[in-house]
Amino acid sequence: MVKKKIEDFLVTGNHRLNTEYFVLTLRSEHSLPAIFPGQFAELRVDHAGNPFLRRPISFFDVDREQHEIRLLIQEVGAGTQQLSMLDPGDTLNMIYPLGHPFTMVEGKDFLLAAGGVGIAPMLLLGRTLKQAGKRPVFLFGFRSEEQVFDLSAFEALGEVYITTEDGSMGKKGMITGHPILETGIFDGCYSCGPEPMMKAIAKIADGKDIFCEVSLENMMACGIGACLCCAQPTLHGMKMACVDGPVFNTKELLW
Amino acid sequence: MVDLQVNIGALSLKNPVTTASGCFGYGSEYSDFMDISRLGAVFTKAVTKENREGNPSPRMAETPSGMLNSVGLQNKGVEYFISHIYPSLHQYDTVFIANVSGSTLDEYVEVAERINDLEGIPAIELNISCPNVKKGGMVFGTNGESAAEVIRAVRKVYRKTLIVKLSPNVTSIPAFAKTAEDAGADAVSLINTILAMAIDAEKRKPVLATVTGGLSGPAVKPVALRMVWEAYHSVNIPVIGIGGIRSASDAIEFMLAGATAIQIGTANFVEPAVSVQVLEGIMAYLERHGFSSVRELIGNLEMPEGFERFRPKTF
Repeated sequence: MVKKKIEDFLVTGNHRLNTEYFVLTLRSEHSLPAIFPGQFAELRVDHAGNPFLRRPISFFDVDREQHEIRLLIQEVGAGTQQLSMLDPGDTLNMIYPLGHPFTMVEGKDFLLAAGGVGIAPMLLLGRTLKQAGKRPVFLFGFRSEEQVFDLSAFEALGEVYITTEDGSMGKKGMITGHPILETGIFDGCYSCGPEPMMKAIAKIADGKDIFCEVSLENMMACGIGACLCCAQPTLHGMKMACVDGPVFNTKELLW
Repeated sequence: MVDLQVNIGALSLKNPVTTASGCFGYGSEYSDFMDISRLGAVFTKAVTKENREGNPSPRMAETPSGMLNSVGLQNKGVEYFISHIYPSLHQYDTVFIANVSGSTLDEYVEVAERINDLEGIPAIELNISCPNVKKGGMVFGTNGESAAEVIRAVRKVYRKTLIVKLSPNVTSIPAFAKTAEDAGADAVSLINTILAMAIDAEKRKPVLATVTGGLSGPAVKPVALRMVWEAYHSVNIPVIGIGGIRSASDAIEFMLAGATAIQIGTANFVEPAVSVQVLEGIMAYLERHGFSSVRELIGNLEMPEGFERFRPKTF
């Protein structure tokens, strides 16, 4: 297993995508350890203790040559709001790489279905699939057009389908109602986003009897398997989302 | 070189900095970040007689300067501890103290008895103060008679250092500290978490699946400090201070209030190497103030003139 590190990263970019999302670019002085799709980092937001806990954020992109990591973050509360105000030149302390990543399995065609900030781990995953000679197809759900950001990095890897709840862009409704789920032929799917969405995707995958993994967002404190707060009931007993997950095969989950 | 050694009953610790039960796993979770062998002791995650799955999720809520948890003593039981965890503890040059919990008096006794046989574990911390289980835990620790009964029963079978972890959810800390001492405890540790609650206003629901949980983190520190100070003046056994410690200054404050050693809990979740930083900070403080031994800090608090609640104490 890769050794976990605590490290101060230099903020080299903070790019605002829209009113909700921003991308932080962070540079290490050292070569990066192996980082796999679905893994995450625990970010120290504030040294004065408010908010008190670190924020678990999954890796959006990794540039090994530049020693750079990119994180796609949605502003949802006090912690992510403070992160959104970081400027180039600031430092950000991270514990990383954490968690059990997505699994590569046999097959050629894979659906990567995500909603909201659940899109974050799908870029690294899509690239890893593509590099392994597989075909990723992305299906992303947003509330409305204002939430949608530049998806060209995904388009470079495979087809991208979009749904919005209000129909302002792409197909109207939830991703679980998108026709690609019926017409597409996939060897497996990966999903990250709101729990009802992941459950619906898991049900569809189950109906087609194909492989399905999801990345859970259980509330975490430590991120390293010590506090036992992010418990997830599974067929094999209680598992921790931070070390046994966040990625789980849906056949294992009791949810 | 300053003398950092402290004594908890018959047990000698190489320094007063330890990590709190439930906040440091069994040590190995933190080995990527720090040298576990630098710690005075590690208090293990609670051990119960049988496997416990713990409470349903969500088990955690972040609160101002702290957090609530309702983990509910999740662990794989004493047999698993003995066969799978205990053998791996020898790799570290520190003292492991098993935190013992149960739902019934018999369970406490049985687990204590099993752990008594383990040569490498010189002490237990009797957890009669967990607020997150329906039976046992705090039920024992908030009733004087049942606290005395469980401590006496464990004392009969446990022959090494017996530390009793006290609950802050009582009216009188002096009374419970005295109860523990009279029932045969070699030391008391306090505080466990404070019974608390968090509510999601948007959803109009409690945040925790168990509705209530235990508050920990810097938010509880002033309460813990007062309680450690009260306990120190109420008993003639060592007191171990716990509650919101995240810096050397916090740790020193607890020792001045009367703690012989301290436990670092929730702060480990934020800074995995915090305990080593606290230890180094204590060493720098001792040097800066010209102390030759860390033991000189214990209860070394100058009180306002005319303050009469507690007399200066000598052992």
